[in-house]
Amino acid sequence: MACKIDIQVVEEELSAAQCEAHVTDDGAGGTVVFIGTVRNQTQGKEVKRLEFEAYRPMAIKEMEKIAHHIAQVWDAIAISMHHRVGVLQIQEAAVIIAVSTPHRVAAFAACQYAIDTLKETVPIWKKEIFSDGEIWVAAHP
Amino acid sequence: MNIRLVAFGIAKDILRQREMTLDFSGQSIFDLRQQLFSSYPEFARLKTISFAVHDSYQDDAFLLTESDEVVLIPPVSGG
Repeated sequence: MACKIDIQVVEEELSAAQCEAHVTDDGAGGTVVFIGTVRNQTQGKEVKRLEFEAYRPMAIKEMEKIAHHIAQVWDAIAISMHHRVGVLQIQEAAVIIAVSTPHRVAAFAACQYAIDTLKETVPIWKKEIFSDGEIWVAAHP
Repeated sequence: MNIRLVAFGIAKDILRQREMTLDFSGQSIFDLRQQLFSSYPEFARLKTISFAVHDSYQDDAFLLTESDEVVLIPPVSGG
């Protein structure tokens, strides 16, 4: 059965309900929804806000690769991956990933794989804004 | 030859622009890396710098041709 895939890179506020709705299916026995939110501090330093930018065509392509891998390996029924770009305030969602599978174990594993791989391969960049400066996350060793 | 560079994240800050045309004296991504390190030493201080052509990551052996558009991809940090 073909896996339903929904990939979006958007400037608007993300909705977990929308991602969950996409993966809802009568054949699903488990759905895992991961929500990555903006934290108020990093290494003890107060973060004012984050700014995300994406190389959108390739980001979507790399996210599709992740989704196709999940479809193959974990027999996923549906996958929804939404990433936000632009300026984000504390506690806003930067990324939401929902995966539904026939059994729960696969849903957890697939969702974990999706967020871990997204952080490694998808061309999206995060800048932390502090009261006294800003830094591109992970740019330097 | 001339190639187009498109830069994101800290790479854009290093080039001080999103897009530029580069007078490229080499052939491969490896050569491009060397030329960028020489012209913009800040690139050598990054954890990594990757390159994409036609929306796919390309390795050092990839050969560039006139008017190719190369996307500079510093360490990604989405999520």
